[in-house]
Amino acid sequence: MKLFPVRGGIHPDYRKEQTSEKAIVAMPLPAALYIPLQQHIGAPAEALVQAGDVVKKGQKIGRNQGAVSATQHAPTSGRIASVTEVPAPHPSGLPTLTIVIEPDGKDEWAELPAPIADPFAADMQTINARVAESGIVGMGGAAFPSAIKLNLGTQKKLHTLLLNGAECEPFLTCDDRVMREHADEVIDGARIMAHALGVPNIVIGIEDNKPQAADIMRKAASAFANIQIAVVPVQYPMGSEKHLVQAITGKETPARMLTADLGIVVHNVATARAVHHAVRFGRPLIARVVTVSGGALREPRNVEVAIGTKISDLVEFCGGFAQRPERVVNGGPMMGQPLPSLDAPVVKGTSGILALTAEEISDRPTSACIRCGTCVTICPCGLSPVEMSSFIRKDNLEVAAKLGVMDCISCGSCSWVCPSHIPLVHYFNYAKGMLNAQTRDQRKNERIKTLVEARTIRIEKAAEAKKAALAAKKPAAAAAPAAPATTTEEKANA
Amino acid sequence: MLMAIGSLTAMGVTLGTILGAAARYLHVEENPLEEELKAMLPGSQCGQCGYVGCGQAAAALAKGEAPVTLCPPGGKAVIEALAKKLGVSADLSEHEEKGPEHAYVIEGLCIGCTRCIRECTTDSILGANKLMHTIIVESCHGCGKCVEVCPTEAIVMKPIEVTLNTWHWPKPEVAHHVTVH
Repeated sequence: MKLFPVRGGIHPDYRKEQTSEKAIVAMPLPAALYIPLQQHIGAPAEALVQAGDVVKKGQKIGRNQGAVSATQHAPTSGRIASVTEVPAPHPSGLPTLTIVIEPDGKDEWAELPAPIADPFAADMQTINARVAESGIVGMGGAAFPSAIKLNLGTQKKLHTLLLNGAECEPFLTCDDRVMREHADEVIDGARIMAHALGVPNIVIGIEDNKPQAADIMRKAASAFANIQIAVVPVQYPMGSEKHLVQAITGKETPARMLTADLGIVVHNVATARAVHHAVRFGRPLIARVVTVSGGALREPRNVEVAIGTKISDLVEFCGGFAQRPERVVNGGPMMGQPLPSLDAPVVKGTSGILALTAEEISDRPTSACIRCGTCVTICPCGLSPVEMSSFIRKDNLEVAAKLGVMDCISCGSCSWVCPSHIPLVHYFNYAKGMLNAQTRDQRKNERIKTLVEARTIRIEKAAEAKKAALAAKKPAAAAAPAAPATTTEEKANA
Repeated sequence: MLMAIGSLTAMGVTLGTILGAAARYLHVEENPLEEELKAMLPGSQCGQCGYVGCGQAAAALAKGEAPVTLCPPGGKAVIEALAKKLGVSADLSEHEEKGPEHAYVIEGLCIGCTRCIRECTTDSILGANKLMHTIIVESCHGCGKCVEVCPTEAIVMKPIEVTLNTWHWPKPEVAHHVTVH
């Protein structure tokens, strides 16, 4: 397959060998599971159970609410201990509403929705409804509800489903192992998704450092003429969907647009596998493969783990810490976020848990910018990190926004490459957060303005109506003096 | 040639006269102080001062109808700047630093009198006569007018909490290590 060059990028030390040759192992159920109602982008789910309820494996325990949301299911059978606030797997460590399940050890399945016998004869609504009902979200890390992305076929003219198996983050090998061990499931899931999207072509993008995965996937896909395997060069951040699309089509996704505007929808390989389970067996998303790695860990490995397993239990399953980790990261080392607490659970978007040593982090003191321009050369989004960061340092966010800080994908390449160790991507994360907060405030102010105006108009109208009623009554008042009925509000505003 | 010069001159004189007259008769009284004060306020239009927005608050300040301590989100810095501009001394003894707030009904204390509903400028209070009231937090702009009218002290102001959806990274603290040779 013909490939196209992608701008910028870096070549970090990948360190994937710690886990890449270790087969996925299933972790036994822990003493308790913690299912946050919000594990995805969008509105949190609404709890359908309360303390004391008995649930079965795969039973729906959280209902999606709002346009963008996802359902939650019980990963095993057991009793609901409580619905309470538990620290989220989030850098803030803020508490989030969570369903706590005590497994009964029987692991008994609930009655599941019937398998869709021939998904390729089913219409796209049936498949999308099943994907939504199964609580499937993007498993590459962003956790965007997949059914919404599968619905894009009705809004945009699409031609290709791009399955993302690039896995460009160092350390992480969970997608690699899923492709090697469950290639048929991934391919079947991809074909179902392509059918739901109404696209003829499927391309599976795999980075060149996973030759076995590429071989196995190629073999598994050989029966289907419309599936192509694209082995893309090892270049971080190749796994960013916009960059993967550029490598495969040569087209750059315009700022603030979607890859779907180019006719391509990107899904992660693990998401495709989840779709296969949901459609072929009616099984919801209740477990995932997580890479548990890092120098501070005794036994790095890939673990198939129930959603809601506490990270401390997962670490324990991997032999515990050989030394005190300097930082525990949720996700990959480049874009992952530090975890303030090991009490947080594994969620649908957890691709890796890394216990990193001081040597692996290599925090170094920041010195002044020497204006070498390396960050500009390597920025995969064509931005100018040096310029943006200097404005953000002075809190001049308006100029930073004009320079395109909102188009930054936070890949961290600039921070990685900076010889002065300036925390460039931290500045951009801060600026993006501030600009988003400003937009939220503005929206709220507009809403308040409309509310105030609507109220003023209503009160004026009520006052006028009262005046008119009074005027109409005056001539007749002598004949029939009846007190006009006033509402509470009219009284109040009189 | 003369015709052209003449007609253009005549047009210029006529239009100039009309414009000059319009400027005089349609003149809008604008207080330059108001603009300056408005620039000092945060501009978030939060309404916590009790005015609809910062523009109206600035107008009230300029007329001397509002105290310089009116802006809670602005904090100490804004109070001092306003006091300096208006040449008044600010009483900071009762001032507390606080962020954006929303009203909250303590349900056990609410007697359903609807007084707060009538006061709310954004229709953010839900309830009816002799029925418990509640605040629609999403549209409450924290003006606190409802707190003042509540006969049972059932309404309190609470800071707007940071959630997983609104949290963002703080500005990185960077101590530049400069080597002096």
